[in-house]
Amino acid sequence: MSGTLRVSVWRGAVAGHLQSYEVPRHPSQTVLDVVTHIQRKIDPTLAYRYACRVGMCGSCAMTVNGVPRWTCRTHVDKVAAAGRLELRPLRNLPIVRDLVTDMRTFFDKWERAQGHFEGAATKTDDFARVAPDSPARQAADAGIECIGCGVCYAACDVVSWNPDYLGPAALNRAWTLVSDVRDTNSVERLRAIAGDAGCHACHTHMSCTERCPKHLSPTASIAGLKRAVAKAALQGKL
Amino acid sequence: MRSDTVLWIAQRASAAVLALCVTVHLLTIVYAVRGGLTAAEIFARTRGNAGWLAFYTVFVIAVAVHAPIGLRPVLTEWLGWRGRTREWFVAAFAVALLWMGMRAVLVVCR
Amino acid sequence: MKHVALIHRLSGIALAVFLPVHFWALGLGLQMDAFLRWTEQPIVKFAEWGMVVLLAAHLGGGLRVLAIEFLDWHEWQKSLAAAAGAIVLAAGLAFALAL
Repeated sequence: MSGTLRVSVWRGAVAGHLQSYEVPRHPSQTVLDVVTHIQRKIDPTLAYRYACRVGMCGSCAMTVNGVPRWTCRTHVDKVAAAGRLELRPLRNLPIVRDLVTDMRTFFDKWERAQGHFEGAATKTDDFARVAPDSPARQAADAGIECIGCGVCYAACDVVSWNPDYLGPAALNRAWTLVSDVRDTNSVERLRAIAGDAGCHACHTHMSCTERCPKHLSPTASIAGLKRAVAKAALQGKL
Repeated sequence: MRSDTVLWIAQRASAAVLALCVTVHLLTIVYAVRGGLTAAEIFARTRGNAGWLAFYTVFVIAVAVHAPIGLRPVLTEWLGWRGRTREWFVAAFAVALLWMGMRAVLVVCR
Repeated sequence: MKHVALIHRLSGIALAVFLPVHFWALGLGLQMDAFLRWTEQPIVKFAEWGMVVLLAAHLGGGLRVLAIEFLDWHEWQKSLAAAAGAIVLAAGLAFALAL
């Protein structure tokens, strides 16, 4: 397929504008190919992120025609209706410049959700035995592949409505740890993720689940957290 | 956040109760509305009837729990309302629904 | 799916606004007939039909939330939006036919 793409790209930060570029169209072209062409051949001042370019790192996430995606895994043919593309930085994050966002809040919320493992075993203890087909481990495994790309966070309406909301990725990670039988920090973590800024603010829009490039379901994880918190509260543990 | 957890539990429990009440209510509405609606027709079915009294009492209590808790996040997410005053408003709405609802139940069923 | 959730929220708000009016009208007792005559106007009948549809929509959306939050996760849960819609259509049709 030959021809030209009309590409509008966000330039600037909060104050900015869409700038138009004409990019030659090629077969099997990805949106990352398009952005790279603009920066290397047309406008070297354009700022954008990528790393692996093969769908493993999540660095290239941005908003393509209104939808958060990995540009390296988005074929132009799939999204460029009538040969037009509009590229903006990920939603819900401060813009550093052009297509680059400041992901600090995203990772700060990960920490606020106690998204780190805390164990009690030492190197002198025997290995923990965790059956891979146990319900708890299956629940953890269903969410464990998250690479922190931010697409779900950008897709989430509650994040845009409530700046305090921890968001789908942080809560998904918290769930994988709550489901980890080796973790010793469950009660503190459940306290951290409950409430108006936590799992109870999820209204099951499921945009996170629809957009996750790794096909995870933060909605399911958050539902698990809701049940776990309720159970802990009823048992007087919170 | 223990209080948010309690509210979540109350919301889902009242939702389950309302799933039954609303189904009955929708069926009742469709049945009652045929051929027009008059106060006399309604009261002939409901006045002095302990079953309807019990049903509508449960319905009103469930609604008085469910509707205010449901509005609560909307007030924050769409109107930016947070803190003590929001909680007071939500509680006041619950009391108002309970009061007006039970008043209506007594007029219709006693 | 987010549109189903938004309809659920908007219908909830509408119902929350409607309920005090509904309770007031029921509390009128035998004076209700004057009020019921007022409701015979086509525009009011249409609004009543609207409230029935919104109630059914809220019920359908609510069942979807309960299914997602309490049942084990399955792919069919994505069809819950369709199930919610079916309930709404059924209720709206039934009410319209009964009028």
